[in-house]
Amino acid sequence: MNLHEYQSKRRFDKYNIPVPRGDIASTPEEARQIARELGGSVVVKAQVLVGGRGKAGGVKLAQNADEAEELARQILGMSIKGHIVHKVLIDPAANIVNEIYLGITNDRQTGCAVMMSSSEGGVEIEQVAHENPNAIIREQIGPSLGLRDYQARNIANAINLPREHWAAFTAIAQALYRCYTDSDATLAEINPLVITGDGTLLALDGKMIIDDNALFRQKELAEMRDTSAEPEAERIARKAGLTYVKLPGQIGCMVNGAGLAMTTMDMIKLYGGEGIGPANFLDIGGGAQADRVAAALRIILSDPNVKAILFNIFGGITRGDEVAHGILQALDEVKTDLPMIIRLAGTNSEEGLEIIREANLSNIHSAATLTEGAKKAIAAARGEL
Amino acid sequence: MAILLDRNSRVLVQGITGREGKFHSGQMIEYGTAVVGGVTPGKGGEWVHGKPVFDTVRACVEATEANVSMILVPAPFAGDAIFEAIDSGIKLIVCLTEGIPVRDMMRVYEYLRHSDSRLIGPNCPGLLTPGEAAKVGFMPNYVGKPGHVGVVSKSGTLTYETVAAMSARGLGQTTCVGIGGDPIIGTTFVDVLQMFEDDAETEKVVLMGEIGGRAEVDAAEFIKAKMTKPVVAFIAGSSAPAGTRMGHAGAIIEGGEGTAQEKIAALRSAGVRIAENPEQIPDLLLEGD
Repeated sequence: MNLHEYQSKRRFDKYNIPVPRGDIASTPEEARQIARELGGSVVVKAQVLVGGRGKAGGVKLAQNADEAEELARQILGMSIKGHIVHKVLIDPAANIVNEIYLGITNDRQTGCAVMMSSSEGGVEIEQVAHENPNAIIREQIGPSLGLRDYQARNIANAINLPREHWAAFTAIAQALYRCYTDSDATLAEINPLVITGDGTLLALDGKMIIDDNALFRQKELAEMRDTSAEPEAERIARKAGLTYVKLPGQIGCMVNGAGLAMTTMDMIKLYGGEGIGPANFLDIGGGAQADRVAAALRIILSDPNVKAILFNIFGGITRGDEVAHGILQALDEVKTDLPMIIRLAGTNSEEGLEIIREANLSNIHSAATLTEGAKKAIAAARGEL
Repeated sequence: MAILLDRNSRVLVQGITGREGKFHSGQMIEYGTAVVGGVTPGKGGEWVHGKPVFDTVRACVEATEANVSMILVPAPFAGDAIFEAIDSGIKLIVCLTEGIPVRDMMRVYEYLRHSDSRLIGPNCPGLLTPGEAAKVGFMPNYVGKPGHVGVVSKSGTLTYETVAAMSARGLGQTTCVGIGGDPIIGTTFVDVLQMFEDDAETEKVVLMGEIGGRAEVDAAEFIKAKMTKPVVAFIAGSSAPAGTRMGHAGAIIEGGEGTAQEKIAALRSAGVRIAENPEQIPDLLLEGD
């Protein structure tokens, strides 16, 4: 789960990481009010859960409260990569002398947290990693010992941070690590961390990603979820306990198991060529009980791009005949004329397919293999089945 | 021989009284696995499938001489269950639980490195050794068949399908290992490839990976440097968009890294034959003969 910039910075503030003393506005009038209280020039920043706000015109400098109101009017309601701006952050403009990057993430290779820093602040870390990987300094953090002060000094030294800032930098690094750990974050990032004209360090921008698997014990953070940017179908799926990701193609996929679901998408892409692709990733989990299939079917059908649906169910523990009954029962609840290709494999798959054939529904076709299923679904989406 | 699991394995089940724990331990017993007992805190003294239930792993090990633990407890308690198994001297721990917080797994991982226990998973389907009638985990009983192909995979149903298709074509398996789809796991592709390379019974290996991380690239480097046995691979997720988690916690392309394309290229350059479609795996295995 991603946190907004203002949410991340409020969180940082709790750990005594110095952040600008701005506030959040949902209307141009609120923006004016905040800017007037702050006094002087301010930055108006769109709060969206997507990168590249600056380039899209979502971050603007205002000289006074009037300008802040006007810029907020422009930015609020703006669409940035499909994300509508509902809130702007009004921060006092900072006098920036230097920008650095400081972040903590999980390192799969070593199984522990890694603190990363670079003297190239304000640039996305992925871009630095790509263009100048040696510019990124890394320190691994063992979970039982935590971050050692010397590690922060190692980083400060390696990024050529002037010595007078080392003490403040170490304190910020320690605070960021505590914030990351306490929040069950998978990413906590200050970018940029700036040296200001009056010689202090300030976390100008912040980003946090919280481990979805830890939300059960992070109630306060879980409540910060912004669902306005989430497609409705994904929100419904999350509530139904299904994993659904909307994709731009035409063939709805209903599969049990994440690996098999990805593979089903891959086969549609492989045999579909240009212009045909999967409409979604969807894992309905073990078995295929009627209520889950029905919920999944409603979600897939809510996507107007869908021209055909491919079921790919491996009956392992669950038998194919039970799966077939589940699908038919779901189709009884959720009516559709779209062509459906059903591929069952595993235990009692023959019996299952027989049950489907006996139901004698004109829009339902069976397939014996994944390849055949994918090819039939592609033909159906093209109106050629 | 097989790897990891054989007829000498004495399995205890942490979480045996739960719905899933009860069902899958029943399936394991039916398959021929020596399930010797179970553990559920607060349920000691009960019996499941005629096997004694204990309150602690230590008590279960003392009474049953279990040497393998299968963990199927809810995610909030799974990290602690793994620690308990390690501290009770269990040498092989198979954790099936999905959804364990990464922070818990980082602690487990650190502790594990200073112990002599091996962890398979979490978020994995477990192990199957058809020639020794031994199973720990979710793999359906009928899919396997004794033989000489080693299988290692990140996923569940895709593996069952492929193993079942292999068995139907006469391509039996030494051991099938599901290493799991989480970002931090106890046993990697490289660990299992080394075991298959050292196992006299295993002649060929099937590797099934997916997007996210660089475990498949590490596997390719290992294969190039160390492996003499032929490897056939399939990588799922070539159509997946970047930056989106595809079901498994670890299945995400981050910062342009962990794509199926880069993994396939690395494996190809190590001499691994790549199936474009998992249904081609049996053909590729037979072609080599």
